[in-house]
Amino acid sequence: MTVVTDAWDYLTTASSWTGEDGMLHLMEQQLLLTLTALLLAMAIGLPIALGLGHLGRGGLLAINISNIGRAVPTFALLALLVVADWPGTREFGPYGRAGLATIIALTLFALPPIITSANVAIREVSPSVRQAADGMGMTGGQKFWRVELPLAAALVMSGIRLALVQVWATATIAALVAGPGLGRVITDGFYRTNYGKGIAGAIVVAVVALVLEAFAAFAQRRLDPVPREPSPKRHRGMSATRPMVAEEVDAVGH
Amino acid sequence: MAAVAAADAPSCYSRLTNEWFCWQYVQDRKPEIVDATVQHIQITVIAVVVSVLIAFPLALVARRLPRLEALILGLSTAVYTIPSLALLPLLVPFTGLSATTVVIGLSLYALTILVRSILEGLRSVPADVRESATGLGYGTTRRLFRVELPLALPVMMAGLRVATVSTVALTTVGTLVSYGGLGNLINDGVRTNFRAELMTASIICVGLAVVLDLLIVGSQWLLTPWTHGRGETT
Repeated sequence: MTVVTDAWDYLTTASSWTGEDGMLHLMEQQLLLTLTALLLAMAIGLPIALGLGHLGRGGLLAINISNIGRAVPTFALLALLVVADWPGTREFGPYGRAGLATIIALTLFALPPIITSANVAIREVSPSVRQAADGMGMTGGQKFWRVELPLAAALVMSGIRLALVQVWATATIAALVAGPGLGRVITDGFYRTNYGKGIAGAIVVAVVALVLEAFAAFAQRRLDPVPREPSPKRHRGMSATRPMVAEEVDAVGH
Repeated sequence: MAAVAAADAPSCYSRLTNEWFCWQYVQDRKPEIVDATVQHIQITVIAVVVSVLIAFPLALVARRLPRLEALILGLSTAVYTIPSLALLPLLVPFTGLSATTVVIGLSLYALTILVRSILEGLRSVPADVRESATGLGYGTTRRLFRVELPLALPVMMAGLRVATVSTVALTTVGTLVSYGGLGNLINDGVRTNFRAELMTASIICVGLAVVLDLLIVGSQWLLTPWTHGRGETT
């Protein structure tokens, strides 16, 4: 159990947080990576998923893409990208060694939860609501922006929230291929038999993950345009049930 | 491929060529690849079996006690939020650098999926079906095993498939504590810039996920004879 006290010592030493290889810098780097990849994945995934959903299509795409995302190990994909001639391990701006490879892998792994939940969200808008919109003389565009999107927003956002968790996890794994981010503290500790340091890094990564998840859950609740039932029980029991399972399930690809 | 097979050509996995796909490598390093694959399968299967054994009673208890259900679902959200590369080190103080560490870590992730899908499956049984079973004189236990579980099977099996496939993929991260099955080969491939090793291990890993998934689909087909011929259920 000395590793636990070692970990504590590492966490409470100022020099492990400061400097180029300090945890603060690595955390900043990993947050930057996470945010960049999440925005990229949203820019790519949302238009496709929402557009297809509006046309009532994309069910098969959504299922297949999340199946593939689950079966391909993050570590294997990262490894392939890093060993390939391009993108390889080259430095990429503030993203550090193997930065480009990491961003590509992170973006790919953020796509399944975003595409799946956004597509399901739009397609699950009840047909009677859609007919009502048609009856009011709304055009396709109006129907999408004023009816489908607000009703689907909660689920779309929960997909983004899951992607966030997923991307943070994947960014940690980048350290296994000597990539950027906080995971490096973990792998450094383990490969140099300094287990205290490895465990300290793991604690920091886990805490940040939980904080991100809590923050995302809070933001999701604040941004939801359609007021929900205050009772969580009811909320869970109703239409949100099926998609919730699908999402939960996507999250465990890291 | 023909050029590779030619007699005196340098091996396709030599430092010079370092090709991605190389059958010669698979033949020469067969024992190593088989060992890694066996370890991978063992870790994955044990982790999934352990989590099924824990998930069942947990889900049944959670269904009885709503307060416990909220707690269990909350905890499982917390577990899946923690990246795998961070979860394994957190277990090391208790179980050391062993296969047990990897199995426990993977079981925890699989557990979060399985408990949810079992609860979801049981909830998918229509209330009137439950009532008719009670009306026919079924007690709680007999109703659970004879009526509810069979009807909940498709949803539960969907959860099992997801849990299994993602466990296969996650096992690779176990290389951090040197028990990663094919992940060990991938790790070595990155470290020594060995493309054939890396690609072969990755392909076997994805193939393994597909095979296990098909096995589960097959057993589901055998376990639910009443669903055939009626087309899609769920």
